Amino acid sequence: MAQFAKKALLLLVVFALLLTSLCACAGGTAESTSEPTAAQSGELPKTDPPTQEPAEHGNSVTVGIAQDLDSLDPHDSGVSAGTSEVLFNIFEGLVKASPDGGVTPAVASDYEVSPDGLTYTFTLREGVTFHNGAQVTIEDVLYSLKRCAGSENEGTPMIPAFSIVGDISADEEGHAVITLSEPNLEFIYSVVEAAVIPADSGDTIATSPVGTGPFKFVSYTPQDSLVVEKYDSYWGAPAYLDGVTFRVFTGESNTSAMVIALQSGALDLVIHMPSTFKSQVEDDFTVLEDTMKLVQALYINNAVKPFDDVRVRQAMYYAIDVPELIQFVCDGAGVATGTSMYPAQKRYFMPELAEAYPHDVEKARELLAEAGYPDGFEMTITAPNNYEQHIQAAEVIAEQLKAVGITARVETIEWGAWVSDVYQGRDFETSVCAISASDMSAREMLVRYASDNGKNFINFSDAEYDDVVGRAQTTLDESEQMELYKRAEEILSEQAASLWLEDLCELVVMDPKLDGFNFYCTYVLDMSTIHYK
Amino acid sequence: MAKAAVKRVALLLATLLLVTLLAYAAFSVIPGDPTHTILGLDATEEQIAALRKELGLDLPVWQRYVNWLTDFLHGDLGKSYKFNMPVADLLAPRVQATLTLTAVSFALIVVISIPLGIVAARFRGGFVDRAITVLTQVTMSIPNFIMGIGVMFLFALVLHIFQPTYVSPEAGLAAHLWFMFFPALAVALPKSAMAVRLLRGAILGELDKDYVRTAYSKGNATGAVLRRHVLRNAMIPVVTFLAMTIADIVAASIVVEQVFTIPGLGQMLITCIGKRDYAVVQAIVVILAVVVVGCNFLADALYRVMDPRIDGR
Repeated sequence: MAQFAKKALLLLVVFALLLTSLCACAGGTAESTSEPTAAQSGELPKTDPPTQEPAEHGNSVTVGIAQDLDSLDPHDSGVSAGTSEVLFNIFEGLVKASPDGGVTPAVASDYEVSPDGLTYTFTLREGVTFHNGAQVTIEDVLYSLKRCAGSENEGTPMIPAFSIVGDISADEEGHAVITLSEPNLEFIYSVVEAAVIPADSGDTIATSPVGTGPFKFVSYTPQDSLVVEKYDSYWGAPAYLDGVTFRVFTGESNTSAMVIALQSGALDLVIHMPSTFKSQVEDDFTVLEDTMKLVQALYINNAVKPFDDVRVRQAMYYAIDVPELIQFVCDGAGVATGTSMYPAQKRYFMPELAEAYPHDVEKARELLAEAGYPDGFEMTITAPNNYEQHIQAAEVIAEQLKAVGITARVETIEWGAWVSDVYQGRDFETSVCAISASDMSAREMLVRYASDNGKNFINFSDAEYDDVVGRAQTTLDESEQMELYKRAEEILSEQAASLWLEDLCELVVMDPKLDGFNFYCTYVLDMSTIHYK
Repeated sequence: MAKAAVKRVALLLATLLLVTLLAYAAFSVIPGDPTHTILGLDATEEQIAALRKELGLDLPVWQRYVNWLTDFLHGDLGKSYKFNMPVADLLAPRVQATLTLTAVSFALIVVISIPLGIVAARFRGGFVDRAITVLTQVTMSIPNFIMGIGVMFLFALVLHIFQPTYVSPEAGLAAHLWFMFFPALAVALPKSAMAVRLLRGAILGELDKDYVRTAYSKGNATGAVLRRHVLRNAMIPVVTFLAMTIADIVAASIVVEQVFTIPGLGQMLITCIGKRDYAVVQAIVVILAVVVVGCNFLADALYRVMDPRIDGR
């Protein structure tokens, strides 16, 4: 018997040793595999930046981001808003986004649009250098533009908006000239996406990004962090900070984890924090409120019965109590929209449309009766399961629709399935989701609902609408274009093409010692203006 | 014995083949496609077609599986669509992180549960025993997820002895292990509670047996009876339980990784399923299958060694 006890103990010890050595081995290999990249994966120089006088603070900031970066290639069209807002600090186009939603010259010092809306001419700025020290030349610019337009890679444009580009060339004075195949006054917004990268760096840009922005790339560890440091030879106003670490927090309870990391001092700044966390952080941190710059909507498949009847769609709009919804979903801090444009798109946003369908159960019932559904009907609301706020909204809507006899079942599906079934397959009845714009042109948010547009996943079809947005796209008169786009918004509202509900509220939470956070109308996280007080 | 080993290995290989085949089949049934996540929502048909060809997605499922298997057998795990790097390079640090977490958790379970189990049985019915019973009852019913947040709250915010951002081994092994201690605690506590109860039950079960009465009648004190006679028998089910637990620990680690944002296999698996990154998912499935099958094998082997009454066919 004693032998067995010894054996058991021995085994246990061997077992424990085995595990330890296993882990030690694994540790060893991990270290050796990462050795070649050790130069790039070094920690931030927190106290002694090599070329500068000692900073007053450990002059760097750690930012919590709620999703991993999709790609470090600035021309990759598949990247989410959460990635492009971070890459803003590394890359610049000929022009870049300005806080008010317009564009401001960057690698180009000036640009000119021909009166026929066909030719865009850019004057290169003197003395702009890449992070590798090389001067930006016209070849680099042409290469970058051609890469976006697809002339560099088998003809498929990397940036879809560049599909209307006819020719990219340099003129005799060394200007970059883009000629479009159709007139377009809003193309300048798409030039923002065309970051300038060194000529022929397309194959390496995703692994070792080189741009012209105020910060240069240091290292990236998937699902862990992106480290950048100040670029000393930046052409514009230099960044205040010496370095920024973007730390990735993904997973189920990432917001709670970020709050704890903030409170324990591991993070200095968190953006896109849901407004429900306000009470937990407002005492110890600077809290700035912002809208999410998107429109949360109950998207309706206009081609499916009973939603092909405009009266049914309008009845649903009347049945929904938007203020109550906003109360539930973001503690009353969201902004009602009523249109597919969000308030930050000041030029196009029409606040009166938010009042078009006040909460009116009687009216909703009348419309339903007229449409032949006096007792309501059954329907399904699909919501992607990775966005808590969309699931909550779907549940509130389902509850509100009960009052007019409509029984809505909420079905949550995984994001990949949402993309292929709902967005691309258009196989759904209704769905709560939000669409954000990649630039400030009205095109993104309105042209997609033209009946033959590939992005028209709600199958909206209206002859007047097609005509209005068609004219808006080709007109060369900016004020006429504005009127046409506004008319388009009115049609969407009149037809209740979908139920646009609210722009959600979110918080920017930062260390009270920090200052200089700049809000932009699009997805931009500008770290260059942030500094210690 | 050799025959049994061959049989075991064959079984392991068959299991792996089946698991990877099922994972591949599952991916071909569920909706979604990696091209959507690579190219974005509004990619054109031509872009998608070109990319599908480039990635080999235009081939039939069985052919893709055979291609993957061939490459795998040649030691090529393929390339991640999402991270644009070889799967082996991508996963090496993650395997290390998850296995370290598993190992630390396992060590904690052993260190916590064995003394507590013995003490509870030794002072059966007393205050200590009842306290341990209540404590284990409560701990057992807390999911790892909540435990993780609790641990983080207590140690990071109340006691301020750790910061909840991942420390990689590059920053020093001690710092890395110190960080890992806290998520490991969240993994280990519920499992330890189970082990404590199991050990206590096993000891008490043995105490009623005849040989114990004989041992007492020979004039042994309680401590000596426990140490020299009871424990060696009572440990058998506990050790097998612990070996089997390793697979569970890996599963719990995956949950706790999410809470502590540790870049381990769990996060990677979830991300890559969402992004339909087949190559990475396949590799992780293989790793996890090896761990689970391996642990079952180990538990079985331990059982045979410790209790010769079980036939080692």
